[in-house]
Amino acid sequence: MTRTMTMDRPDERRRLDDMSQGLVGRPLDRPDGPLKVSGTATYAHEWNVPNAAYGVLVRAPFSNGRLRRIDSAATEALDGVVGVFTGEKFLRNPAQGGADEAPVQGTETVQYLGQPVALVVADTFEQARHGAQNLAMEWTAENGVFDPEAQAADAEEQEDETVDQGDLDGAMRAAAFTVDEVYRTPCHNSAAMEPHCSIAEWDGEDLLLRGSYQMLNYNVNELADSLGIDAARVRMLSPYVGGGFGSKLGIAPEAVAAALAAKQLQRPVVVALSRQQVFDMTMRRSETRQHIRLACDADGILTGLGHEGLVSNLPEEEFAEPITQSTHFLYGGANRKLGIDLVRLNRTCAGSVRAPGEAVGMPALENAMDELAEKLGMDPVELRKRNLPDKHPEEDIPFSSRKYTEAMDEGARRFGWSERNMKPGQLREGDWLIGHGMAGASRVNILSKAEARVTMGSDDDGVFATVETDMTDIGTGTYAILSQIAGEMLGLPMERVRTQLGDSEFPKGPGSGGSWGASSSGSAVYLACEEMRAEICQRLSCEEADLTLKDGDAIAGNRKTSLAELIGGGGQISAVGRIEPGKTMKESAQSSYGAYFCEVAVDRVTGETRVRRMTGVFGAGRILNEKTATSQCYGGMSWGIGMALTEELVHDLRDGHIVNRDLAEYHIPVNLDVPQLDVVLLDERDDWACPLQSKGIGELGLCGAAASVINAIYNATGVRVRDYPATLDKLLDGLPD
Amino acid sequence: MQTQLSINGESHELEADSRTTLLDALRNHLGLTGSKKGCDHGQCGACTVLINGRRINSCLTLACMHDGDDITTIEGIGSPGALSPLQDAFVRHDGYQCGYCTPGQICSATAMLQEVQAGWPSHVSTSLEDDVSLSNEEIGERMAGNLCRCAAYPNIVAAIREVAGAGEDA
Repeated sequence: MTRTMTMDRPDERRRLDDMSQGLVGRPLDRPDGPLKVSGTATYAHEWNVPNAAYGVLVRAPFSNGRLRRIDSAATEALDGVVGVFTGEKFLRNPAQGGADEAPVQGTETVQYLGQPVALVVADTFEQARHGAQNLAMEWTAENGVFDPEAQAADAEEQEDETVDQGDLDGAMRAAAFTVDEVYRTPCHNSAAMEPHCSIAEWDGEDLLLRGSYQMLNYNVNELADSLGIDAARVRMLSPYVGGGFGSKLGIAPEAVAAALAAKQLQRPVVVALSRQQVFDMTMRRSETRQHIRLACDADGILTGLGHEGLVSNLPEEEFAEPITQSTHFLYGGANRKLGIDLVRLNRTCAGSVRAPGEAVGMPALENAMDELAEKLGMDPVELRKRNLPDKHPEEDIPFSSRKYTEAMDEGARRFGWSERNMKPGQLREGDWLIGHGMAGASRVNILSKAEARVTMGSDDDGVFATVETDMTDIGTGTYAILSQIAGEMLGLPMERVRTQLGDSEFPKGPGSGGSWGASSSGSAVYLACEEMRAEICQRLSCEEADLTLKDGDAIAGNRKTSLAELIGGGGQISAVGRIEPGKTMKESAQSSYGAYFCEVAVDRVTGETRVRRMTGVFGAGRILNEKTATSQCYGGMSWGIGMALTEELVHDLRDGHIVNRDLAEYHIPVNLDVPQLDVVLLDERDDWACPLQSKGIGELGLCGAAASVINAIYNATGVRVRDYPATLDKLLDGLPD
Repeated sequence: MQTQLSINGESHELEADSRTTLLDALRNHLGLTGSKKGCDHGQCGACTVLINGRRINSCLTLACMHDGDDITTIEGIGSPGALSPLQDAFVRHDGYQCGYCTPGQICSATAMLQEVQAGWPSHVSTSLEDDVSLSNEEIGERMAGNLCRCAAYPNIVAAIREVAGAGEDA
């Protein structure tokens, strides 16, 4: 049985609200929790694969040019070394998210310092590492291109992103108040705690790859294409992923190298990246230069809005950090100019890092809105509210559910926003300058094609259900929410639902990325259950609307039947659900929204900033699990703190190498950097989004968060930082006496 | 070379390269994969284990240096069905997301609470002499060596507070 739904019209039935089990939305513990806290969840490196050899990748020590020769003789002679591998099938860089095909391949042409060019395989990890450190190479280096802004004249316009509406220059000239500023954000790294790892094992021509990947549906095809084999020969397992944040969207160099070596050695090969290699050869978020122009009348109504950016990537890569993604619809202003230019650099590949686009685009916009509010002498919350368009300002389509105003109002109330000091630099506690700032959050909502299978059977303890999909749980809570949806629809308690993920042989979903996983795979589970409910109705000769499923029983009319009995010993009811995006994605502007309110203390002497408290209020449609959704927002807001204060991937402009390629020098927030965050999730149903009425929340908490910190620093000190992050050196000169 | 390791109360004979870190010995040789490798440089804390009761980054020490030492890993702290109070609190407070740093967080917190009981001051302690009051700031500072990119920090602090019986922060 299969039930397919194409999202062509809003689903106003809101069937989950009619169910009786009471699971969806509740703050339930993750079913995978006991495994994670006891160290028994199996991450990629941790499968017990007998006779596995260890591979260590070797990076190119130059930035651009030709690798003429790898002299492997000395390395091959080392104790335990069983092979040195290189060649045209090696990946230059990981595939972009959803690429579904191999990325650029080959080791002869080197285009960034850190590009993987060889794999040394040995019986033990220590032997392989020693061999890799001693591998000799000959190369011819050529001049490279490392500085994005120096290349701006050669930039490629991203035409899909371009909007030129009305006359922005004229609007700027005629405006009562304007902002015309350039904001810069540096490169970022996802820095997931688990470094990338793959174990490749062949059985004849069939490849089993246990890896740390977010999107198996695409990864299988990317891996097969890279190796030149039939995708039907590839199976991938990724039941636990130690963080992704975009860095594990596409197949990466370690997987292909492991597969090539394992094939030739006729022995399983495990390849894990070192932390430095994660920085060098996975993905970076592009640095951005963002020119924002705002024009408004005396009442603060926007008449013009400009958001033009410069980002970078390697040659041949299509990805360009989509910084204007939410700017297209968030605020009005009839005269608009938006665009993104892409320059080609010899730097590590640029790709998706958590919330590509809004993560850095929203802070720039929200800083500019703060600057405009100050010029107007207006509450920045009020300025935003005055500029919410009735419909998409560039396309003639309505918004779906939009809780932006509610998020700002609720956040302001909880935070005590009205009691803040308005004039910068006036509030002190000893040497600490205290400031308050706010910013809005927006992240586009996406539904993707997904399938899932749900099967109900019975055992000695009664009826149970199994959910199967190749969807992954990268910490997002997939195990929890899919079990909750199935349990809710089928009337089963949590402990009677088992969700199995991360096996490419299960029905295919879109994977974890773009915050679409929960709504997409969740809808597939929901639809499978709807089909199963129809089957139960048929067996009971009742109407769907009259059926109640709860605690393992089916109640219809005044009759109660145990589901175990209905299914029968050894019997089962099973269905596949399939959701497909449809017209609602094109006919409405869908986004999740929110607002941040932040209090910082800046040391008057040292310029050190501490975030003292931060409130985030978010509207993301139906919340599927309040606990895991809140955790996602904690994570996003913490990323915002890191982005505002410390995170900066530094490239040496002489040769493009990454200077701070480890966790001691690339500063992600530590426990002490993050206060007890205050997160509120608004009650919302977005009928346009999916049959669950839910929207993405995994990235929302980050999209604008950094701006609230930077705006608070301005309020504390009177210093506007437009060059992220706000390190001490950028504040010291401007601090009040 | 041969090393005798006492891990979670069980004796193990390890035959490994002298370059093998304690972390790699646990993960690659002894099948104890609960201790995680996040950086291999003592920068992230995911590999934290207890040696003779003290927390240590197991990636920064060689296995052969621990002949006869008493080592506790996450597997020795508790297992599904028999979780330690901290492990149980991490589940209820959602003190993790991806789960990769979690064993290190829990090993670290286990030792940290003992350090507090023993009266050790930290960088943020207001006094070197007095008993430590387990404020959020004290927990944050003492757990700052255990990175969590998912940033479950607020929940990690809440879980630790509960187990320490510290109540709400003032």
